[in-house]
Amino acid sequence: MIQGWLRSDGRKGIRNVVAVAYLVECAHHVARRIVDKADDPDVQLIGFPGCYPNAYAAKVMEAIATHPNVGGLVIVSLGCESFNREKLRAVVEASGRPAELLVIQEKGGTAATIAAGLEAVDRVRAQIASVERVPMGVEELVVATICGGSDGTSGITANPAVGRAFDRLVEEGAACIFEETGELVGCEKIMADRASTPELAAAIEACVQKAEAYYTVMGFGSFAPGNAEGGLTTQEEKSMGAYSKSGSSRIDGILKPGDIPPMGGLYLLDVVPDGEPRFGFPNISDNAEIVELIACGAHVTLFTTGRGSVVGSAISPVIKICANPETGRRLAADMDVNAGRILEGEATLDQVGQEIYDAILAVAAGERSLSEQLGHQEFILTYKAFDPIGPECLPMVARA
Amino acid sequence: MLEHDSRLILLHPDDNVLICVSAIEAGDILPVSGGTIPAREGIAIGHKIARVALAQGDKVIKYGAPIGSMTAPVVAGQWVHMHNMKSDYISSHTRTALEQGA
Repeated sequence: MIQGWLRSDGRKGIRNVVAVAYLVECAHHVARRIVDKADDPDVQLIGFPGCYPNAYAAKVMEAIATHPNVGGLVIVSLGCESFNREKLRAVVEASGRPAELLVIQEKGGTAATIAAGLEAVDRVRAQIASVERVPMGVEELVVATICGGSDGTSGITANPAVGRAFDRLVEEGAACIFEETGELVGCEKIMADRASTPELAAAIEACVQKAEAYYTVMGFGSFAPGNAEGGLTTQEEKSMGAYSKSGSSRIDGILKPGDIPPMGGLYLLDVVPDGEPRFGFPNISDNAEIVELIACGAHVTLFTTGRGSVVGSAISPVIKICANPETGRRLAADMDVNAGRILEGEATLDQVGQEIYDAILAVAAGERSLSEQLGHQEFILTYKAFDPIGPECLPMVARA
Repeated sequence: MLEHDSRLILLHPDDNVLICVSAIEAGDILPVSGGTIPAREGIAIGHKIARVALAQGDKVIKYGAPIGSMTAPVVAGQWVHMHNMKSDYISSHTRTALEQGA
């Protein structure tokens, strides 16, 4: 049984985190010391390093700060950066959560702000301890997936096993999100065939074409030739390996970072910026994508890996699913689910799909995933630019 | 039709290839409907093996989706890879262009 923390917008959290947010790199150290000294796995560091304004970063920060897993926020500002700290505080307070604001230049510097920050954390912790806990069903979960450190085994074990889990979750009414449009080049037509409307189908194809064009400018494809030794023959086959995480349900919509799925179903997250490429690679590392998935309300992220990633995340637990049996043995203490057993004939895709489903429910019910137990709380947010999604991206909302 | 056993996995019921999960040597006995056949060639882990006879031009189906087409015919149990299949994906941005960019 999942007991969720009930938030004012009706969403429920599976964690009750105090987020400590720095709004520019200059405030990072102070915020980190506050979190270190609080020494509580549910007091977590998030932040944005840039001094220049960015609408995307503000939107993602607001979405994270009002994520159902977050109980309250402590903002650490240097004072002269351009991030709108008052707006962030107002958004969080309007959501019914406590928010405290510390401005280092006003508080009297490093030591004084760290001390004030610890007091602020204590106050927020005390206030959110009484947040009501209520039963939470599978249909209220938002589950995301990402792959990182992929190898030839990812597409035949862990990824399709996640697809099996996704199919079951979607059938039970949960919202599931997959992404990495840059690695879906070659399967956009197949993907478009699964769209709930022709307009959404066209938007899916456009979204992959945008990714292809963007990566071309960056000078790196996610789909350079290779992988033949591992048994992959064609580009579409390689893309299908990543795509298999999405399962076989109908695709109900496209989201951009910070958009919340309006109801259960399967969603594609478009992570590639709109307009002329401006700020470099769309996502500079896996955690940048995990942050975007969490900004879309993900309670849990399923991370498949062949080579062996060890990361977790702040705010929402990461469940790691190891595709490769050798890696699974070498990094056993980091891997929540060993999908490599499929390669060794010890388990079927359906069995591992079931294990993934069970792990999601256990972590949602409060069990700590291995990356949580190991203290992983990575968080990275960078500059990007997006246009809002059009009505064709969420057909069920347009109809309603 | 090639039956799947512990050395092979079927990713999707519509697939016409199986994936090899433990190495198969030439001459190894493979199960087919109504009997067995010897493997014609060695097949490494992660590689594809024809589940049924495929003709030149047939779509290769993996994950329940076409991943390319055959450039030569094969019988059930034969290795399917670069030497007998090709991509159907025609991109306006070629892979070559991307490589030059990289």
